[in-house]
Amino acid sequence: MSTDGNKKQFWKRNAAKVPGSIQHVYGAQHPPFDPLLHANLIKAGNKPPPATPGKPKKATTFQEFESITSDAWDVGDDDDELLAMAAQNLNIEVVMETANKVIENHSKQQERQRQDDTTELEPREEDTQEEVAEDEEEDEEEEEYRVGEGDVTSPEVSFASQSSPYTDGRLVKSHSEAPIGSPKAGERAALHRQRSLPHRQPVIPLVARMADQNTSGTPAMTEREASRLDKFKQLLAGPNTDLEELRKLSWSGIPRQVRPITWKLLSGYLPANAERRDSVLQRKRQEYFGFIQQYYDSRNDEHHQDTYRQIHIDIPRMSPESLVLQPKVTEIHIDIPRTNPLIPLFQQASVQEIFERILFIWAIRHPASGYVQGINDLVTPFFVVYVFEYIEEEVENFDVSSLQEEALRNIEADSFWCMSKLLDGIQDNYTFAQPGIQRKVKALEELVSRIDESVHRHMQQYEVEYLQFAFRWMNNLLMRELPLRCTIRLWDTYQAEPEGFSHFHLYVCAAFLVRWRKEILEERDFQGLMILLQNLPTMHWGNEEVSVLLAEAYRLKFAFADAPNHYKR
Amino acid sequence: MGSDEAYNFVFKVVLIGESGVGKSNLLSRFTKNEFSHDSRTTIGVEFSTRTVQLNSFTIKAQIWDTAGLERYRAITSAYYRGAVGALLVYDITKHLTYESVERWLKELYEHAKPNIVVMLVGNKTDLESERSVPTEEARDFAEKKGLLFLETSALASTNVEAAFNNVLEEIHKRVGSTEGVRSSISAVSLSSSRGENAEEQKPCCRNL
Repeated sequence: MSTDGNKKQFWKRNAAKVPGSIQHVYGAQHPPFDPLLHANLIKAGNKPPPATPGKPKKATTFQEFESITSDAWDVGDDDDELLAMAAQNLNIEVVMETANKVIENHSKQQERQRQDDTTELEPREEDTQEEVAEDEEEDEEEEEYRVGEGDVTSPEVSFASQSSPYTDGRLVKSHSEAPIGSPKAGERAALHRQRSLPHRQPVIPLVARMADQNTSGTPAMTEREASRLDKFKQLLAGPNTDLEELRKLSWSGIPRQVRPITWKLLSGYLPANAERRDSVLQRKRQEYFGFIQQYYDSRNDEHHQDTYRQIHIDIPRMSPESLVLQPKVTEIHIDIPRTNPLIPLFQQASVQEIFERILFIWAIRHPASGYVQGINDLVTPFFVVYVFEYIEEEVENFDVSSLQEEALRNIEADSFWCMSKLLDGIQDNYTFAQPGIQRKVKALEELVSRIDESVHRHMQQYEVEYLQFAFRWMNNLLMRELPLRCTIRLWDTYQAEPEGFSHFHLYVCAAFLVRWRKEILEERDFQGLMILLQNLPTMHWGNEEVSVLLAEAYRLKFAFADAPNHYKR
Repeated sequence: MGSDEAYNFVFKVVLIGESGVGKSNLLSRFTKNEFSHDSRTTIGVEFSTRTVQLNSFTIKAQIWDTAGLERYRAITSAYYRGAVGALLVYDITKHLTYESVERWLKELYEHAKPNIVVMLVGNKTDLESERSVPTEEARDFAEKKGLLFLETSALASTNVEAAFNNVLEEIHKRVGSTEGVRSSISAVSLSSSRGENAEEQKPCCRNL
């Protein structure tokens, strides 16, 4: 049980920050969980990437399963249900049979894809009759995938290379929404099945992923991207998603198609157990809208109006272009070149209202900090990622009102909860006097003084205080220094890392600063340095640059992981 | 970026006032001749410079802009340190922003030098039809408090140059008219006794 103890220790660190506890969940796995085969593979030396310390898988016993399985949301909830499922899932034969069925289904699907190109498909009755939940899960997964897009993280790239009119204006429901057993959407399915992935057996072990790049913008997926997407799908489809494996996979970037659900799982919002997801989602969403009913009308009351007023000022000033770099306008009343296609999205009143609600509810439920400028930026990546799940056509033309109201409500609630979880880990960034930020900036200074003495001396020589530029780096998690697409990619890794937004972020900031050492050392006065540091040229940055940054940050973290306390949060 | 530029003085000036009154646009209008309808909320401090000619002197204005929501600013005192001038900005169409001017003054004097040059600025005169702060009322208040006063429009570019130049001129008067040592680091500090010829320069004065 020693490894079990270690595992508990490892995850305990997170317990304070995340409700419940995220623990390794065992269940049916793809491929079939054959302990013998498994042991051989481990021996073969296929190590998972060092993104997180490797944890060996254990053979499951009922006792172990029972003791370590818990829901990501509420510890101790629905215990009977869990036990019942545990008993069911651990039957090896059932597991293997199930997994085989899934693989069978998968190959059936591949066949079908090659056969029907553009014809409509009827709901596949034979599948709805399957008793096993995983099959249906996987089918729903298949349907949601956008065809041939690779990992398009850049909002500027046009989406959907195929024209795909809604036949009746109805949008595909997201994976997490479609109830198990619902008939499949025929028209949508046709489009999705144009994918031509080579049929392959699920691959184990997972190859090293540090070098994987999820390139953006290429309409056709490379084989490597397709392979990564496959791995994600496998992980996500199981009755219990292996969160640890998902983290490892996510560290190098999440394919766009599966980013929404992966983010929800990594943050702990969605439970690893697939059967519980719907009920949890429903409950959390209802809870959020309960808050709205309870509190939102009081926003103009005396004790809340200051909070609301500030939010109300800030939201209309949010446009994604301001999250990139501010465009230059030399004459008034000239239309700013709208190169960012998200702008129309953010100018819609309904979107602004959503943001206002989310922030207002959060602020009054967190009186220790209330609303602090900068927190509004933190909603954006969640909102954008969850909205993108529904976007088929060009983003420029996307009209939020074309979404079903329920979809928009769900996006709003999900964004609220995920943002809350993020903020839970960095609360003292925003409490009075913002001590968390002060500490982190100090830690950044210490770190930089050790990793790049020249840069540090240079800053000292010209009397540039770290607080003067790095405050914003901490307050807004580098969102003001990077394009939104880079932030989204960054957050893939932050959510894969333990305490990514607080701890790992520090190393990313250090790597970021030192990345500009040449430009920094070229500036020979205070003014020049300040202006450089507040306007770093990242407008063209994409996945590649972020990956390099993350690799460097990771290297730093490893080098200083055991360093004295002031490097740690 | 200014390292070879000859200048006699560096004056640190801060922009203060409620959120949304237009501080950032005043800054960008003055230092870059730019205005943005979608200017985002300022986080931490933002910084810009412009060099002006005053009489025969070259003056580098080092202008600091910060968020209006001051309650949670972690860097308040650092922000004011060494400042020799301040523009206290309100929005003429939002009376609330004018009502908080006293509070801002209080904070200013708590953290900055007592004889810092302060100008009260009523911004957004392009929205004359929505005015809710009478010019005369604000002017009287400024006079009573010993503040300079101007109304501006960063959008229309009205009086922005005048506002900054007036402040810089007034600072220069208080500093004295002797040539200062060119220094890219230390901002000139106001000497407590006016009219002295020797320009007081504190090498340890931080730019914050």
